Amino acid sequence: MTHWIILPVILPAILAPFIVLAARYHIGIQRVLSVAGVIGLIAVAAGLAWATSDGTVLLYQLGDWAAPFGIVVVGDRLSTLMVLLTAVLGLFVLLYAIGSGWDDRGKHFHALFQFQLMGIMGAFLTGDLFNLFVFFEVLLIASYGLMIHSGGTVRLKAGVQYVLFNLLGSTLFLFALGSIYAETGTLNMADLAQRVALVSPEETVGIRIAAVLLLLVFAIKAALVPLHFWLPSSYAEAPAPVAALFAIMTKVGAYAIIRVYTMVFGPEVEVTAGLHGAWLLPAALVSLALGMIGVLAAKKLDRLITFAVIGSMGMVMIAISLFTPEATSAAVYYIVHSTLAAAALFLISDLVRTGRTNLDLTDQPSIGGAHLTAGLFFIAAIAMTGLPPLSGFLGKLLILHSAIEQSTMVWVWAVILTSSLVAVVGFGRAGSTVFWKAKSIERPADAKAPQTPTAMSYIAVCGLLALLVAHTVFAGPMTRYTNAIAAQLYAPDAYISTVLDTPGKLSDAKADDKKGEDH
Amino acid sequence: MSLFLIVALPFVGSLLPGLMNSAGRNACAGVTFMITLTALVGLLTNLPAVLAGEVVQTGVTWLPDLGLNVTLMLDGLGFFFACLILGIGLLIITYGRFYLSRKDNMGEFFTYLLLFQGAMVGIVLSDNILLLIVFWELTSLSSFLLIGYWKHLPEGRQGARMALTVTGMGGLALIGGALILGNIAGSYDLSVILQNREAIQASPMYLPALILILLGCFTKSAQFPFHFWLPHAMAAPTPVSAYLHSATMVKAGIFLMARLWPVLSGTPEWFVIVTTAGLITMVLGAVIALFKHDLKSLLAFSTVSHLGLITMLLGTGTAFGAMAAMFHILNHATFKAALFMSAGIIDHEAHTRDIRRLGGLRKLMPVTFVIATLAALSMAGIPFLNGFLSKEMMLEEAERTVLFSSPYLVPALATFGSLFSAAYCFRLIGHTFFGPVRDDYPATPHDPPVGMWGPPALLVVIVVAIGVAPFLAEPFIKTVTASVLGDAAEVPKNYFKIWHGFVPALFMSIIAVVGGLIVMAIYKPLQAAWDATPRPEAKTIFEAVIASAVALAKALTHPLHNGAFTRYAAIFAITVIAISYHAWTTGTVGAPTRAVQPAGVVEIAGWALLVTATLGMVVLHRHRLLSLILIGIVGLMVSVGFVVFSAPDLAMTQLTVEVVTIILLLLALNFLPNRTPVESPVLMRMRDAGIAIVGGLATFALAFHYMLRDTVAPSISEFHIANSYKGGGGTNMVNVILVDFRGFDTYGEIIVLGIAALLIFALTEALLNGPVRARLLNRLPDQPRAGDMHPMMMVVMTRVIMPLVMLVGFYIFLRGHNEPGGGFIAGLVVSIGFVMQYMASGFAWTSSRLRYPYHGVIGAGVLVAGLTGIGSWFFAKPFLTSDFTYVRIPPFNEFELATAALFDVGVFLAVVGAVMLSLESFSRLARRAHVEDPEHPMDINPSRDDAPKAEA
Repeated sequence: MTHWIILPVILPAILAPFIVLAARYHIGIQRVLSVAGVIGLIAVAAGLAWATSDGTVLLYQLGDWAAPFGIVVVGDRLSTLMVLLTAVLGLFVLLYAIGSGWDDRGKHFHALFQFQLMGIMGAFLTGDLFNLFVFFEVLLIASYGLMIHSGGTVRLKAGVQYVLFNLLGSTLFLFALGSIYAETGTLNMADLAQRVALVSPEETVGIRIAAVLLLLVFAIKAALVPLHFWLPSSYAEAPAPVAALFAIMTKVGAYAIIRVYTMVFGPEVEVTAGLHGAWLLPAALVSLALGMIGVLAAKKLDRLITFAVIGSMGMVMIAISLFTPEATSAAVYYIVHSTLAAAALFLISDLVRTGRTNLDLTDQPSIGGAHLTAGLFFIAAIAMTGLPPLSGFLGKLLILHSAIEQSTMVWVWAVILTSSLVAVVGFGRAGSTVFWKAKSIERPADAKAPQTPTAMSYIAVCGLLALLVAHTVFAGPMTRYTNAIAAQLYAPDAYISTVLDTPGKLSDAKADDKKGEDH
Repeated sequence: MSLFLIVALPFVGSLLPGLMNSAGRNACAGVTFMITLTALVGLLTNLPAVLAGEVVQTGVTWLPDLGLNVTLMLDGLGFFFACLILGIGLLIITYGRFYLSRKDNMGEFFTYLLLFQGAMVGIVLSDNILLLIVFWELTSLSSFLLIGYWKHLPEGRQGARMALTVTGMGGLALIGGALILGNIAGSYDLSVILQNREAIQASPMYLPALILILLGCFTKSAQFPFHFWLPHAMAAPTPVSAYLHSATMVKAGIFLMARLWPVLSGTPEWFVIVTTAGLITMVLGAVIALFKHDLKSLLAFSTVSHLGLITMLLGTGTAFGAMAAMFHILNHATFKAALFMSAGIIDHEAHTRDIRRLGGLRKLMPVTFVIATLAALSMAGIPFLNGFLSKEMMLEEAERTVLFSSPYLVPALATFGSLFSAAYCFRLIGHTFFGPVRDDYPATPHDPPVGMWGPPALLVVIVVAIGVAPFLAEPFIKTVTASVLGDAAEVPKNYFKIWHGFVPALFMSIIAVVGGLIVMAIYKPLQAAWDATPRPEAKTIFEAVIASAVALAKALTHPLHNGAFTRYAAIFAITVIAISYHAWTTGTVGAPTRAVQPAGVVEIAGWALLVTATLGMVVLHRHRLLSLILIGIVGLMVSVGFVVFSAPDLAMTQLTVEVVTIILLLLALNFLPNRTPVESPVLMRMRDAGIAIVGGLATFALAFHYMLRDTVAPSISEFHIANSYKGGGGTNMVNVILVDFRGFDTYGEIIVLGIAALLIFALTEALLNGPVRARLLNRLPDQPRAGDMHPMMMVVMTRVIMPLVMLVGFYIFLRGHNEPGGGFIAGLVVSIGFVMQYMASGFAWTSSRLRYPYHGVIGAGVLVAGLTGIGSWFFAKPFLTSDFTYVRIPPFNEFELATAALFDVGVFLAVVGAVMLSLESFSRLARRAHVEDPEHPMDINPSRDDAPKAEA
């Protein structure tokens, strides 16, 4: 019995209450514990990714109850990759939060941070839809706490919108779960995949509506236009390290769509055929376009980045909505890229804020540490806009390439290429104002000397950018791996049989009972 | 030297100038020079192979899935360009060292320059077209940095953005074109693509691919109508203009056209598009150049014109045209770089580049004069200079070209363009160097140090050498041409010589030069006429386009994302309804499998109450207190509903939750006005009502549908019913589900509860440290306060009841596993017991008697639950595996002990802590506001001596 697979959930879930219980007045101890915890998470996640890289499906039956009666946690290539990504992102974000002092500007940062990680990890690992709902709740409430960390009127206002919209989403999730349970009598994803096959072709509305409601829930999390309204102001107003961590949260939605709509309601399932073909891709295209238009329209740097996040989610959703192994592989590659790039950009925006107290794209004197910050911004902007040579470009090529045989190719290509240009113009204008124009503006004589960010802040940002570079340089092995992920997703039999055929407590008894009946 | 090394050297080397910055400017330039020289020498080691007609290839895989690999190849064409890039690079670095002033950051400059150089070498050595695009865009980016090098100058910033936008757009188009091309050919390797001429030209995707690729080439090489960015890129320091914007980067587009010449050229589409664009660009550039006063501007438009010339030559699709193009690339690179550097020298020494303020420099700057004049005459097409030779070839080719079925169109326009080309060269020489010496130069001009005039002088030597002895360049150009043509055509046999006899090209050339002189003679009236003609100003148009795009973007996004939550919610609801409707209409509906159950009186009454309360809520929701009561009714009816459907656990939970929420809400209401103001207009409320009703009906229909149908297979709850005692040791299935079957969910939910409480605390803390604190302190209650806030009756009663409540809580906790109850409900019950004490005697009095901080209680609860789960690890069981046993402690009967109970303790603690911490947070707000902390448990206490004091 190995417990590794549950550790990404349990470790932060133990650490967080411990911090609350024992270290809530000692920021130093909190920091040490938090960083140690995240490093531990990385080690565990790396081990899990390694263990599943050969196609093994790791199963963990909570309470020793077999699926579908109990809850199971399942690790396959995709989920462990996402877990690893979260852990690594978590470390750099945490280092930044500590380096910039953000963690000390309100209460319970580290506890909430750990709970947030727990929620995300759980969402990636669970094999049960209701349990997914629980983890969505955990990550929602923790993210709300982090979002309004250190307070402020504007931030609180944005927080209310964030939490309200997401409560709507949670309510919808309950509707969806109710529908699914009413239709199929199960909540385990693997079991669901088998039971969907039992649905009669004469009676498909029930499962169709259940499936589509669930898709909408995940689309909210993935900030698909027009369900993205919760995102712009909350990400922009959240403390920068928190916004950087949130870069993974939209991916939870994308992950859930990939998981459920390849395994349960896959493209070949007849009763749910044509469910989203008519609108998912167009919505994704609109997301991308709207996101990049928002980049161009932004009056503030943080706002610009939030729209870039919406746009990059549009890219991810375009790839997902094609539902071919090649496109899904491209989507996963892009998800990793987009998470790192968005997080880096949010952190960089905070480097700018340190120097000039606000992020308005107006003429202001040069910031402290401008040279280095400008360089970092340049690199991150290249990544986000998908210019060569970074992974954004490679991801874009992969997505364009995966659309090449599709009937929708013209639309996909036109929107992706045009929106890239719009993004380049938007980022170019912003960077030129913040970093170049500033050089021509004299600092008022009575103004204080600008603050310079700490070394640790820079290290955190550079770390994320280094990961982006690695994601680019090792694109070959990485795409080989995402191909393997896609292959596993589109051939879910191993996953399903591992989940359903592994006996748990009383499973033997049941089998015995059956034997007894046979006699 | 390995091709990898040649490409990588500038990139790796780009780190050095920045590091050497503090070592001084010579060190900085020196190291850059050495890097470039090494790369050049490395390149030259491959010369024998290239001259032998071999193609040097090397490669490693990068993204094999996509076919994007780092494969490099070196043939004649690549070698030619790489030589130009690195050779002129050396001259530029030398020149730049002396050009930049002490104020400029030289390390930064050379870093960008090397980045550019590496990218450029990468383009010309790429065997993979996607890799080529990577380098292609890198040149755009490094060019962006170089144009904007003088960040404080608005022209620099605008020029940089314009260049990036235009070339970026082309780059994106190129991506599309390259992907299509590769898809047709089945590979992205140029060596494969070049073998597939027939397949590509026969493909229906040929035209889209061609247009997209040409968009890339035309934007990069500043072809009409994308030529406008180049003159604005001249805001860059002059070494950059000389290097990027005349000799190398702008030739990338031409390079790509030449590279793909064998597969793309020769079709009518190619011929018409490329030749026309080239011709227009050539003429337009030449005409505009004549009237520019800024030396660099003039040279920029002349560059545009010459790029047009080369493009046109490639467009004709003949082998001779391609050869002429290659020859002109070489010649143009030499004389134009020399001219740019001369312009830079003049700017550097005279502090102006405005021709109108110059003149007479011949005597003051004799060396510069000689260099610039020779280069300009070459550009004008004067014999014995290299420009003459390639221009002759161009005119010869033009003379043979029939465009739009007119044999005169191309020759006439080519001659016209050459005429203006000669004219602006004469103007450049005449107005800058001739005429009287003036006394109003911004600075006293004199010849610069040799470091600045040496590089252009070297170029002029080449200009003259090739001009006098063209056979020197012939073998090399023919090798290059051979690699351009590939297998598509034979290299022409023509000899490079100055005198070809009385051919039409000679007459055209004579017309051009004589015409140029005439234009110079009548320059003043021409200039006046030009100034009087209204012309579209590219920069104004471009900026207007960008500005309107930004305005449009703002108009689209800002009103949509203005934070109006009702609209967000409305859009959410409409989306969900519409998409569900779509799913409904595309599905099939079968007959119900269950009958509708008859409704009894109780059910109907409960339903009516529920509906009435809800409707009342909608009508009365602005009265905050009333709506709270109505919520209470709804909650109560839901609890009753649970009872009716045999779920006593849920009913108990719901009831206790109701009590706690109402109390917390009451505390919150204390800070809010009694009524909610009306904020939205009637129409909007009508709209919202409509959406809400449709949504409600849809939900009803959905629920109705599901309730009348069976699940497709037996529900998993059958297992839970069958095994709750056998496996979980409890007869209360709900509790066994909560703490055992799905204990992991419960674990998650208590964490949610705990986080919520921590959150409320953190929020309160943030509020109390913010501006709200002052508002609270100054707040006057809007209603009279109760005179007796802590009444004796209440105090006595709560104290008496307290142990009873605790006992009930304990009882509910214990019975939980078998009867309705459990940790969650027990926690709520116990919390209510505490809350009553707070209500009776006030927060301060009660909490001063509190031994355990609630944060700790929450933390302990979650920790206990988690550790209980981990406990099962020691028995080699998964997280949260429960076990139970029966023990007997005399004098009790035998009873059951389950590990799940320990888990339930965690749940209990977390619930108590969460409820109490929320309460505490609210009371903190209250205590800041207006409530005095009482000293005693009750305001009026007969047994106290100081009873009257309470009234005071």
